Amino acid sequence: MAAVVALSSLLEGRQVWRGREAPAPAGDQPTGWKALDAILPAGGWPDAALSEILLPVDGVGELQLVLPTLARLTQGKRSVVIVAPPYVPCVAGWRQRGVNMRRVEIVAAADKDVLWATEQCLRSGSCSAVLVWPHQADDRALRRLQVAADTGKALALAFRDRRHLSNASPAALRLELEATPRAQIWVRKCRGGNTPSQPVPLSRHVH
Amino acid sequence: MWACLLLPHLALDGILRRRPVDGPLALVDGPVNARTVVAVNDAARAAGLHVGQRLTAAHALLAQFDAVPYDPDGVEKWHRFLAAVAYRYSSEVCLLPHAIVLEVSKSMGLFGPWPRLEAMLRADLEELGFRHRIAAAPTPHAAYILAGVSDGLAVLTRDTLINALRRVPIQKSRLPASASSLPGMGVRTLGQLLALPRDGLRRRFGAELLANLDRVTGDLPSGLDSFRPPDVFDLRIELVHEVENLAMLVFPVRRMTGDLAAYLAGRDGGVQRFLLRLEHRDDRHTDVVVGLLAAERDPAMLFEFARGRLEHVTLTEPVLALRLVARDLPAFVPAGRDLFDERPANALPFEQLRERLRARLGDGAVYGLGSTTDPRPERAQQIAASTDVAIEAHPRPTWLLERPIPLRGHDPLILSGPERLETGWWDDGEVCRDYYVVETSLGQHAWAFCPPGEQTGWMIHGWFA
Repeated sequence: MAAVVALSSLLEGRQVWRGREAPAPAGDQPTGWKALDAILPAGGWPDAALSEILLPVDGVGELQLVLPTLARLTQGKRSVVIVAPPYVPCVAGWRQRGVNMRRVEIVAAADKDVLWATEQCLRSGSCSAVLVWPHQADDRALRRLQVAADTGKALALAFRDRRHLSNASPAALRLELEATPRAQIWVRKCRGGNTPSQPVPLSRHVH
Repeated sequence: MWACLLLPHLALDGILRRRPVDGPLALVDGPVNARTVVAVNDAARAAGLHVGQRLTAAHALLAQFDAVPYDPDGVEKWHRFLAAVAYRYSSEVCLLPHAIVLEVSKSMGLFGPWPRLEAMLRADLEELGFRHRIAAAPTPHAAYILAGVSDGLAVLTRDTLINALRRVPIQKSRLPASASSLPGMGVRTLGQLLALPRDGLRRRFGAELLANLDRVTGDLPSGLDSFRPPDVFDLRIELVHEVENLAMLVFPVRRMTGDLAAYLAGRDGGVQRFLLRLEHRDDRHTDVVVGLLAAERDPAMLFEFARGRLEHVTLTEPVLALRLVARDLPAFVPAGRDLFDERPANALPFEQLRERLRARLGDGAVYGLGSTTDPRPERAQQIAASTDVAIEAHPRPTWLLERPIPLRGHDPLILSGPERLETGWWDDGEVCRDYYVVETSLGQHAWAFCPPGEQTGWMIHGWFA
């Protein structure tokens, strides 16, 4: 064993890469759901990043999950933009949940323009959050959204079908909604922390 | 104090800025059988072409060059366009042959001392692609003469003006034609002329020469008509080749929107709506209307919006010329921004983002929704309605279906309800329904209705998503 090298010299030579825990993303974007905020490393949505919400089917509480955040953000000066929603947002319902509809802009875009419009809104820096329902988003497209969200310091929320769960995603946070047997939220990926092993119940009281 | 912007290559620059050519180019004028060269670019000059040469002689020297006919109307148009641009710096702008003079003593309070103002004028002309010489003097005619002699001269007082004029040769002193015999008489500079007795000059050359000299020195008022910028912007560019590809139009369109922005800055106005006309053969044309929500004048934005609209056009036939007409020119009010703005530093204002989206997705693509006082869900909300209406007391979903769909499968689980809606008998939109909040077998919460009192024939009208 002639080639015994002291560990410190190896480290000093900078030939060994030392893995370390990724820093927890700083965030000041509580989701408004106490149980969920408690288990997320950023204490809420990762700020200026893309979050993915995966659904089994429309209408299982995906808006209920984000409406407290939108209610908070629409009190500020920047707009919340909704790109190509699958249905018409019901103004009465949104207002019941505290959203200021003056700060909500809806963008109608054809399938091929959805990602372009989303990227423009995120990058502009004049939107606090952008909600999008991408139909044909691959890994690269989502990465672009992630970069745009970072540039424009906006919250990007992408709603996608649950079948995309098995595909890797550059999103900083991936949540999966489950409707049956009971409504609950699984954190499937969160940057800056270990993925919690237990779901968070989503209480679905009507109003 | 007056500044003079002398434009020695006005005709040529007007041509060059819309067709960037590297090869030799000459402007020719005169009757068809005796065309002469009136202006040449650098490449042509290097090949031996010069002003005043016969076109046949020029062809003998150089086999291949672009001979463009001299267009006096085009030159006049560029001249007035530049005067409109200069109008930004002074309210008193006058036109002289191949030059623009503007009163600047009052402008310097706003734009800073003369060196800074001169730099701004130069930057504007440079940006627009016009070669120029600039001089400043107490009278417009003196500034005009000095600009012809050297570039960048600034004479601030009357005494130094006389000194500066003294050395100017008679040929360059812009005197009337009657003065052309002066050098033959030994009077070679303006200084010598000014020293001659006035009576003798009047007898020999008439009162016109003396009046001219007095205007130069400031003893007589300048007698120039001040320029008023037009209220309509109308710019037409003939393309060098027939263009069948939209991508080839990008360069001229960028130039045109840049010119529009320069004109708007001169007027301190904005544009709300302009028309880009693509002219085809036989007087046919395609119109591209660019309408904005608020007045704008930033060149990059105007270009982007014009290009966005242009991308939707399918060219059916080649384009020969482009024309940009702007009639709707309201006052421009810059968007106010907070000192303590919460947005990132390089943020694009939302209005600009909205214009960008509209340019590509269509005029109605970006909208906000508000509530109306109508209780019928179909009519309870509309685009651009107010949001001052009281908040609904009964549960309302978060997604609304544009038209209700039947609920299939098992009978749903009723979570709350009914809420009876019976209204609209007066306007042919009568509804009479019981609304319930129900849960489907997939776990979705739906807003569904059925005929009053029946609880069958469920129709889903929204989701509590």
